[in-house]
Amino acid sequence: MTIDVTLKVNGVERSAKVEARTLLAELLRDHLKLTGTHVGCDTTQCGCCVVHLDGKAIKSCTILAVQAKGRSVTTIEGLAQPDGTLHPMQEAFREHHGLQCGFCTPGMVMMGADIARRNPGATEELVRHELEGNICRCTGYQGIVEAILSVANPDAVRKDHH
Amino acid sequence: MRDFDYHLATDVQSAIEALRNSEEGKIVAGGMTLLPTLKQRLAAPSDLIDLGGIDTLRGIAIEGKDVVIRAMTIHADVGASDVVKKAIPALAVLAGGIGDPAVRHRGTIGGSIANSDPAADYPGGVMGLGATIVTDRRTIAGDDFFLGLFETALEPDELITSVRFPIPDQAHYIKFKHPASGYAVVGVMVSRTGGKVRVGVTGAGPCAFRVTPFETALEKNFSPDAIAAIAVDADGLNTDVNFSAEYRAHIVGVLARRCVAALMD
Amino acid sequence: MGQFGIGQPVRRKEDVRLLTGQGQYTDDINIEGQAWAAFVRSSHANAKILGVDTSAALELPGVVAIFSGKDLEAAGVGVLINEAAYKNRDGSSMHKPPRQVMPTAQTRFVGEVLAIVIAESAELAREAAEAVEFDFESQPAIASTARALDADAPKVWPEFGTNQVVHWEYGDESSVEAKLKAAHTRVKVDLVNNRVAPSPMEPRCVVATYKAADNMLTVYSPTQGGRRLQTMLAKNLLKMPMDKVRIISHDTGGGFGVRSKMYPETVAVAFAAKQLGRPVKWRGDRVETFMSDYHGRDQINHAEMGLDAEGRIVALKLETLLNVGAYLSENGVRLPMEGGGRIIPGVYHVPDFYFSVRPLFTNTVCTDTYRGAGRPEANYITERLMDAAADACKLSREEIRRRNFVTQEQMPYATHLGFVLDSGDFAGTMDMALKAAHWDTFAERRKEAEARGKLRGIGLAVFIEGAGSRPVEGMRVRFEENGDVSVIAGTYSHGQGHATVYSQLVNEFLGVDYDRVKLINGDTANSPAMSNGSFGSRSSMVGGGGINRASKLIIAKGKKIAGHLLQADPEAVAFEAGVFKAGAGTMTIGEVAQASRDPKKLPDGVTPGLDEEVTYENDVENFPNGAHVVEVEVDPETGVLQIVGYVAVDDCGTVLNPFIVHGQVYGGVAQGVGQALTEDVLYDDDGQLLTASYMDYGMPRAKNMAHVEALFNVVPAKTNELGVKGAGEAGATGAPPAIVSALCDALTPYGIRHIDMPLTPEKIWRAIQAARTGKAA
Repeated sequence: MTIDVTLKVNGVERSAKVEARTLLAELLRDHLKLTGTHVGCDTTQCGCCVVHLDGKAIKSCTILAVQAKGRSVTTIEGLAQPDGTLHPMQEAFREHHGLQCGFCTPGMVMMGADIARRNPGATEELVRHELEGNICRCTGYQGIVEAILSVANPDAVRKDHH
Repeated sequence: MRDFDYHLATDVQSAIEALRNSEEGKIVAGGMTLLPTLKQRLAAPSDLIDLGGIDTLRGIAIEGKDVVIRAMTIHADVGASDVVKKAIPALAVLAGGIGDPAVRHRGTIGGSIANSDPAADYPGGVMGLGATIVTDRRTIAGDDFFLGLFETALEPDELITSVRFPIPDQAHYIKFKHPASGYAVVGVMVSRTGGKVRVGVTGAGPCAFRVTPFETALEKNFSPDAIAAIAVDADGLNTDVNFSAEYRAHIVGVLARRCVAALMD
Repeated sequence: MGQFGIGQPVRRKEDVRLLTGQGQYTDDINIEGQAWAAFVRSSHANAKILGVDTSAALELPGVVAIFSGKDLEAAGVGVLINEAAYKNRDGSSMHKPPRQVMPTAQTRFVGEVLAIVIAESAELAREAAEAVEFDFESQPAIASTARALDADAPKVWPEFGTNQVVHWEYGDESSVEAKLKAAHTRVKVDLVNNRVAPSPMEPRCVVATYKAADNMLTVYSPTQGGRRLQTMLAKNLLKMPMDKVRIISHDTGGGFGVRSKMYPETVAVAFAAKQLGRPVKWRGDRVETFMSDYHGRDQINHAEMGLDAEGRIVALKLETLLNVGAYLSENGVRLPMEGGGRIIPGVYHVPDFYFSVRPLFTNTVCTDTYRGAGRPEANYITERLMDAAADACKLSREEIRRRNFVTQEQMPYATHLGFVLDSGDFAGTMDMALKAAHWDTFAERRKEAEARGKLRGIGLAVFIEGAGSRPVEGMRVRFEENGDVSVIAGTYSHGQGHATVYSQLVNEFLGVDYDRVKLINGDTANSPAMSNGSFGSRSSMVGGGGINRASKLIIAKGKKIAGHLLQADPEAVAFEAGVFKAGAGTMTIGEVAQASRDPKKLPDGVTPGLDEEVTYENDVENFPNGAHVVEVEVDPETGVLQIVGYVAVDDCGTVLNPFIVHGQVYGGVAQGVGQALTEDVLYDDDGQLLTASYMDYGMPRAKNMAHVEALFNVVPAKTNELGVKGAGEAGATGAPPAIVSALCDALTPYGIRHIDMPLTPEKIWRAIQAARTGKAA
């Protein structure tokens, strides 16, 4: 079944002809060529594909493209200002070494922004708990946790190095 | 994933019609279990009927002595709901601990309960709180709802519209999460209403169940010690590569005692 | 040392690109007209292939072609090679079965590639793959390392009559046995180094395109450097000229050893593209990645140590069984020997040593290098022995170690297997860790935990690594016309931040602005001839050393040019911080670089341009080492273990960028934590893989980790010009023994002295139950 889907992606209205089975992640990557959103597993576990749907973090590998019809999606490509100024969460990941190979990073940043939005004043423990749907194999999470904390609750960032 | 015909239902009746008219149709609520199943080609429905367009299926309200949660309410909304936090904080804790934040932004209470996944949280909450499942055509007592592994009392074309949770005096939920999947290896909900105690368990068996020996003992003496000597039978409980039935049986007891202890504080 | 020089915590220059979704991983690449591949994989762990029927699949609309092993064989495709040449004690050779890209007669593990299906879309290819019918005669399989040598175990290669690849030995068994017998104290441990799935977050992916007009094959794939793959593909497999095969990895989503290998899927996709004259893409999913990426570890070890009355080691005996899987992968069989053997027996002086390794075939996917590649296994054994020795000698865990460390005075210290430790302050490093972890006040924290119903334990591991393997690497430094400097590296950065660190080095050595330095890597078409890639914690030494040597050549040439233009003797020209000086005259290196492009400005015999390529060579590797102290709390009722404190002190020599090196430590620790606590690849008795997704395989998550306090005890290596020691694998090496030590310390009230990894809640609970009831677990 082929369906016309129109939705707002990073503030711009986009349309595509997709099959009913097309996932949002596939719409973004294969149809709209927004390859910043990554797919790292088949079981909704790794979180590499996290985007915001109407402002909330979701896993774009576990929603049909057609289910996003008429809604607003923000991907990693749409997070920075048009002039290139990084979003505070992107900047925090850079400052706190929240990434190495970069593959889980888009999902981590999108989830991090969502965590900070919902949990101002978050503790380190809460951030670690909230990250349970995002897997990173490179960083040991330390820089990621610090980056998210630095946005959600700067006072909670440990200052034992650098 | 094999392709299918997609229908966005606008009301419950049209969803049921679409389901009846399809060859091998499936309802999709949040899709958190169904879509991974389709992606792994473990199911290939002819039609997918999406309840996401039915606004009347969303919302949380107090009705009489019940918290009523409509079927398409997402876990994140239940977890963050002031109404739920005030009336049944344990239910907010349960919802706020399902999956991960992204899953909680899509997954729904109706989908979770209708699926009767042995490791899902809500079924334990339904049993532990004595909830009633409301469908398009009737109400089903939670105790009669879960029949087995992925098996419920729902008719093939029957839809859950809401879940009614009677407000207990006290309740507490603790979950032992699977280290890989995050699902419940065991989840225990203990509630107290008047002199009645309910102990609902998920994760441990083929479907959610109550531990009546615990309930009887706790109704006589509401303390962890009252159930310390009561063993849960491991026979028929789940076993996977990480956790044996025997271990699960043991953890049911541990979590139940901890729930009781928490309620005594 | 300026703001961007050696030792500065410079933020990474690669980050903005990766943080804004501009990375370019293989799956981000699509080529006009591409077809899609899917694989038919074996569902049997051991079966005779009686035939294959592709007719139903070929009839499906949109199916382009199907190739099985027979097609590759007919086309003359070669076999995957293994260069190991170990001998049994009697001098006979190891068993070396050939590995076909896709087997034609027998399949030997679940997930083995049997055929490649090409179709117009990925979904069509998958559907068609399901329609390919192989006719199998199923046979009994063996997956268990422990049982592979049983007389009645099915044989993976019946023609050998055994599953044993070779019985390799070092040392004099009878001498060591005599010393163990005579020793004042003799301890032994039986250990499992559990099998783990390296699991880079990027699933495997291949895009191949072939242009018949110039016979040019280009393969995009995540790698750790393409040259070795190019060599294998060209020379051994597709039999093409080297310069007609090009491997490109723009970004690679994690390597960990497992992305440095040539896999059958890569060959099959490349073959299909060449055969069809059409681009072909294969996007592996996570299940396929679990089934077909090589696994790591999987050893069973028996070790015994003899000590004298003072707790000093007199002899060590170590017997290792290694599960290599169904075939010999490129490096798997070598890991206990060249991998772990480099540093066995760790940081301790061991007068006499016997070492036996028996690699075993099983009906499982191959094992091969995974972060540490033999060294974590080796250190785990040694450290478990030291804890056992501490018990037996009634010494503290730190004291038994202190009495046996190789001291700085003993260095250079020749190890048993012929390596030389040049530097390392093992006692000082351990003391730093103990101090930072407040080892001496642990009893207070234990008491406080007890009050909360938790068993608290503290663990210690001191370890040594071998880094910089195969120290030959091509590196080139080139001044561009616009004033930029390009580092054209044979190493390949896949998360390590080479663009940043190499820029720091060019800034340090040549005084070029940090921002003007660019890294070019990941494409065999422009990488230096002698490039090898990045693995084995080698890039700081070989890449950094290469930049240093190229810079020296550039400065020497620059002096000639500056001297010529400043009318001074080149010998009299000084170079400092990017400026050539001769008397009152000065020229910046940028000015010299510009001048060098104009032959009219050059002295006789000087060629135009500032562009030097060197092949870095070193005779020896380097030996990073460290001490980790970890605190854990155990819930005795559930067996759940939580890490509550972690201190890692590393001696990785001169630190080029502490910010980045800390990141390597944290990441390595997490992989060690995973092995120790949650990760375990499990096959059932029939050889079916039970842990094929993140639903079943326990990847460490943020909540499994505690904040890691990472410190350095810098002892520069004496064997390379930068004084560096590799930093990539230390974390994964230190964590497992430290964590098991901490758990056993926590379980002291129950007298439990060892539990095999991973330390799952149920295992811990059962051990406690058994101890309580006086029964063995």
